[in-house]
Amino acid sequence: MLAFIIRRLIQSIAVMLTVALISFTLFQFVGDPINNMLGQEASRDDRAELRQRLGLNDPVPIQFVRFVGNAVRGDFGISYRMARPVSTVIMERLPATLELAFVSGLFALTLGIVLGVYTALKRDGWLSNFIMTASLVGVSLPTFVIGILLIYLFAVELQWLPSFGRGELVQITDNWRTGLLTESGRKSLILPAITLGLFQLTLIMRLVRAEMLEVLRTDYIKFARARGLSQRAIHFHHALKNTLLPVITITGLQLGSIIAFAIITETVFQWPGVGLLFITAINFVDIPMMSAYLILIAFIFVIINLIVDLLYFLVDPRLRAEKSGGH
Amino acid sequence: MSTESKTPVDDIKPASLWFRIIDSDLFNSFIRKPVIVASAIITLLIFAIALFAPWLAPHTPFNPSSLNLMDGFTPPMTANEFTGNEYLLGTDNQGRDILSAIMYGTRISLFVGFAAVGLAALIGITLGLLAGYKGGWVDGLIMRIADVQLSFPAILLALLIFGVARSILPPRVMDEATVWVLVVSIALSDWVQYARTVRSSTMAEKNKEYVQAARLFGVPAPLILLRHILPNVMGPVLVIGTIGLALAIILESTLSYLGVGIPPTQPSLGTLIRIGQDFLFSGEWWITLFPALTLLTLALSVNLLGDWLRDALNPRLR
Repeated sequence: MLAFIIRRLIQSIAVMLTVALISFTLFQFVGDPINNMLGQEASRDDRAELRQRLGLNDPVPIQFVRFVGNAVRGDFGISYRMARPVSTVIMERLPATLELAFVSGLFALTLGIVLGVYTALKRDGWLSNFIMTASLVGVSLPTFVIGILLIYLFAVELQWLPSFGRGELVQITDNWRTGLLTESGRKSLILPAITLGLFQLTLIMRLVRAEMLEVLRTDYIKFARARGLSQRAIHFHHALKNTLLPVITITGLQLGSIIAFAIITETVFQWPGVGLLFITAINFVDIPMMSAYLILIAFIFVIINLIVDLLYFLVDPRLRAEKSGGH
Repeated sequence: MSTESKTPVDDIKPASLWFRIIDSDLFNSFIRKPVIVASAIITLLIFAIALFAPWLAPHTPFNPSSLNLMDGFTPPMTANEFTGNEYLLGTDNQGRDILSAIMYGTRISLFVGFAAVGLAALIGITLGLLAGYKGGWVDGLIMRIADVQLSFPAILLALLIFGVARSILPPRVMDEATVWVLVVSIALSDWVQYARTVRSSTMAEKNKEYVQAARLFGVPAPLILLRHILPNVMGPVLVIGTIGLALAIILESTLSYLGVGIPPTQPSLGTLIRIGQDFLFSGEWWITLFPALTLLTLALSVNLLGDWLRDALNPRLR
């Protein structure tokens, strides 16, 4: 058990160091930070002095260690484009993305489980068949096209919902401004949340359906039927409970994808989150911003994977037996 | 039937290729599914239109001298109020024929898709064969990289690779090589599937007698891999490749839509949709919706074909 955790931790740290190395290499290859900070006019002495002060004369491995040290403390330097600390800008934008990710995740999970259970129980109903076909179509559609179609239908033709921005915001803390407390904020959230959650929704739905069908075939369900339990108790108490484990793991793993796919949704709806920030950074070759986003996303992914792995280990006794039992 | 008959061996003619195709399980499962037949026809049609776009397209949309600004914003199938010209799918803000733009755009999208799948398969098969055949630390290293990469979504990796390339390459080189940078970004974010499949089949194949026999004959390892093992692990690769094509097309259009892919001078479907989205609110819906519908149709039919192929070739589902 302990060995497993340690091995996982080392692997996670190795991934983070690799990502940090990639970000660090970006700085080495692209432009001279002195030029970026002082401009063309600066004298030679000023340059040399700044170079010495920033430690750019040190050997590269030492610079890398310093880079990692700064990154751990959340210091990613100054954005080339905005001339403000990268960490401040990201902290300002992060709530928008997290709100969007949270709402769309919730949407996908609830509707996914409901539809999954329904299609599993009413296997041959026409509505189930329709939902299954629609989900197959849904998986094949690119996210941004769904977003555009939704905008066209609900914002342009019907004019029910706004098509861009976050609506009216309420300040909660210094960095956190939420749109969940105003009507226009909630309305603005609907279309992006659906767009972002649709793919996860189909995934969860198909998973729940497959797991339900599997579980319903097992002996203990037959036994429950033989005991004369009501359909409702069998389906929701015995069957659904046992399908939820993989569903929760997959949803956990998908959380990272939601944040990554938010890049697309945020671009379609001009949602001012970190994804839009990243796309702008790529287009303007804003290296500190790019590397900070890179490290942030990698960190989120590594943490999620680590937690899911550990949970699996705790929840599934077979894994534990295999490891400790030996050969 | 042929085992009982007394026909001399000489009289049995090998079945013609055509007959063998018609008689195969694959063809039978194909012809019995109208949706799949329709997808195949649509896919082939789109491929053909994209391939022959320069001869089929009614206009040359990216030759500035052939454009007439007065034709701009012509709705589909209505005469332009100034020039009286009519376009089947309308024109964009610069008077470009949408139909022709879609034909050329599909051509670029498909080109990137095929090239990316080809490159991803090449990288994946090579590494998969190597990992499966060599085992040991080579296997461990390749599969660790694959594991790590698999935990990140492809879109994110492709964006990062593209972003890194854009920051490293000088702008002039980048402008000329965008299509290839895009192909490489997509391929590098998509090789893992191939590597994992090929690795596991290679591990199964390498202990079989024909491989051992080849090894005893002293056939060098690269030749064993290419001539003996490769043909036996290609089946699943074909399936992954078909689904991979749909994924690559979607990935390319997404990147182009985000503005990091193909530049507007030579737009792919994604670029067309991005440009057109600006006009959605002013009522010119056709500029973005027609390319979007083309992309949907293409992605859906290729995906359906891939799904069907996967099920049809999977012996467990028969």
